[in-house]
Amino acid sequence: MTQTTASRRVYLDHAATTPVRPEVAEAMLRFMVTDFGNASSVHSFGRVAKEATENARAQVASLMGARPEEIVLMSGGTEADNMAIRGAVLANAGRGRHVITTKIEHHAVLHTCEGLEKEGLAEVTYLPVDAQALVSAETVAEAIRPDTVLVSLMFANNEVGTIQPVAEVGRLCQGKGILFHTDAVQAYGALPVDVDALGIDLLSASSHKIYGPKGIGALFIRKGRKVHPLITGGFQERNRRAGTSNVPGAVGFGLAAELAMKEMEGRRRRLVALRDRLINGLVKKIEFTRLNGHPTLRLPNNANLSFEFVEGESILLSLDMKGVAASSGSACTSGSLEPSHVLLAMGLPPEVAHGSVRMTLGTGNTDEDVDYVLEVLPPIIDRLRAMSPLHAKVVAERVARKGG
Amino acid sequence: MYNQRVMDHFSQPRNVGDIPDADGVGEVGNPVCGDIMRIAIKVRADRIEDIKFKTFGCGAAIATSSMVTELVKGKTLQEAEEISNRTVAEALGGLPAIKMHCSNLAADALHRAIEDYRRRNGGAVGPGGAPSVAAGARAASGPAAHDEDKCPSCCGKIAQLGRELAEGRDITAGPPSDPIK
Repeated sequence: MTQTTASRRVYLDHAATTPVRPEVAEAMLRFMVTDFGNASSVHSFGRVAKEATENARAQVASLMGARPEEIVLMSGGTEADNMAIRGAVLANAGRGRHVITTKIEHHAVLHTCEGLEKEGLAEVTYLPVDAQALVSAETVAEAIRPDTVLVSLMFANNEVGTIQPVAEVGRLCQGKGILFHTDAVQAYGALPVDVDALGIDLLSASSHKIYGPKGIGALFIRKGRKVHPLITGGFQERNRRAGTSNVPGAVGFGLAAELAMKEMEGRRRRLVALRDRLINGLVKKIEFTRLNGHPTLRLPNNANLSFEFVEGESILLSLDMKGVAASSGSACTSGSLEPSHVLLAMGLPPEVAHGSVRMTLGTGNTDEDVDYVLEVLPPIIDRLRAMSPLHAKVVAERVARKGG
Repeated sequence: MYNQRVMDHFSQPRNVGDIPDADGVGEVGNPVCGDIMRIAIKVRADRIEDIKFKTFGCGAAIATSSMVTELVKGKTLQEAEEISNRTVAEALGGLPAIKMHCSNLAADALHRAIEDYRRRNGGAVGPGGAPSVAAGARAASGPAAHDEDKCPSCCGKIAQLGRELAEGRDITAGPPSDPIK
C-alpha cells in the first residue's frame, strides 16, 4: 500500500471513470429496493421497472439525437464496441468482410478486430494517424474497397483526447452501403453528438464516464441497419441483447445523460479553462515537456503530457504520494510491457512515450486543484530527472555545447 | 501494488548520483524498454568502497537500484558478484510478478560495473560479470535496432515470462534457471 500523507486529494483520472452524481445514485436506489421488479414481467412490479427503463432509454437517445428504439442497453462501452464490430461483420458477411479502423482505437475495438482476423471472418485495415493523433478522412477514402462493410473510427481518443473528423468519415460511408461505427465513449456527454447530422450508423456510449454508474452502456443502431446479437437468450432489448434488464443501471445512465445534456456547455467551458491552465502551466514550469495530442481539436478535460527523461509510473507513484490521481501511457501501467499504442502510432519515441502522463479533469475539479498540481509536479519531475541517466546525458551535452 | 519497503526505496533512494573518478561503470537496459540503470563503483582493496546509481525507470527499477547499492556497499567484489536480481527483489520483500523480469536489472548493472573494473585492471572477468551465453545468443538473433547486449533481461525475458505464465508456473518465485545468476 502506498502511504498518502498529502494534505489534498485531487482526482484527475476522469477518463478512467467518474464519481456517480449523488442525485443519480439516489434515483437508482429505488429500483433496487422498492421498485425492484424484472422489466420483462407482466405484473405491476415489472411494469414500473419497464417504464423506468424506457424512460432512461429515451434520455440516453436524446443526448445523441437518436430515437429510443435505436438504443440497445448493455453492460458498457466494451460490449457496445464488441457488438458493433463483430455484430456488423457477422450480419454483413454476404456482402464483404473488409473493415477499416485506426491504430489508435481502444483495445475493445482493436482486439475485437484482431479476433475477427484470426477467425478468418474479416480483413482489417488499421489506418495511421499524424503526430497529433488525427486520422485524415482522405486515408479513409483511399482505404475503402468494394468489399468494405464497416468503418470504425473513435469520436475522440481516450488517451490523448484528439477529436476525429467523424462528420467527414460519416459522409464517405453514406450511400456506399458501408456501416459507420464510432466509439464515442469519451465524447458522449462531453461534446455535442448528433447521429443524424454526423452520418453515424453505430455508436458506443458508456455511463460511468458521464457521472453515471458502472456496468451499463449503450449501442446506438440506426433503424434498418443489421447487426448480429452477441448475447443470446431472452427477448430483451428487441432481441438484440438478451439478459435481464439492468433497471437501476439504466435509470442512473438515463439521468446522468439528461444532466450531461443540460450542463454540457457550462461543463465544457469550465473544463477547457482548467485544462488549458494546467497544460500551459506545466509546459511553462517544466522544461522538456510536450503536449501529446491536438492543441485545439481536443476533449475538454484531457491533458496528456510527456516529461522527457523520466518514466510515467514513477511520476504516477510520486503524484499519488501527494494525493494526485492520474494515469500514464507508460508500459509499466499498461500491463503489456509496451508503451501506449496510441503514443507510438503518433510517432513518439518509446522513451518519450514511457514518460507520458494523462490528467483528465472532471466537474468536481477546481482552480485550486490545478494550482496544487502546478505546485507539486515540477519538484517531482526535478527529483526523478536528477536520478535519470538520460537527463544527465542531455545536461552534459548542453554544457559541452556551451563550452565549445 | 508495491510494498512499503519498495516504496521507501523509491521515495528515498540510497546512493543516487555519480562517481566522477569511478573505477568501474555498468549500464543495462534500454530507453525502448523504459528502464536504464547505471551503476558506478569505487573499489579499494577488493572492496566496494563507494557506489552510486542513476536510473530511468518505474518504481521497481528505482527501488531495486537503491537496494542493490545498499546491499553491496563495503562488500568484497566476490560477495557483490554473488548478489543476483532475485536477491535484490527478496531484500525488498518481493516485487509484483510482472516487474520481476522487466525492471529488476540492478544486479546486472552492478555485475557490469565489476566487470568493467576488472577489465580496466587487466584481471580476469569474474563469473558474475560475463554476459551469459543465452544473452549473447539473443543479441545475435535480436532486432538490430535494439541493443540487447545492454538489455539482457528485457526483451528475451518478456517472451520467457509469457511462456511461464502459459505453463502456469508461479513466476513470482523466479524461474528455476535464471540466466543471470
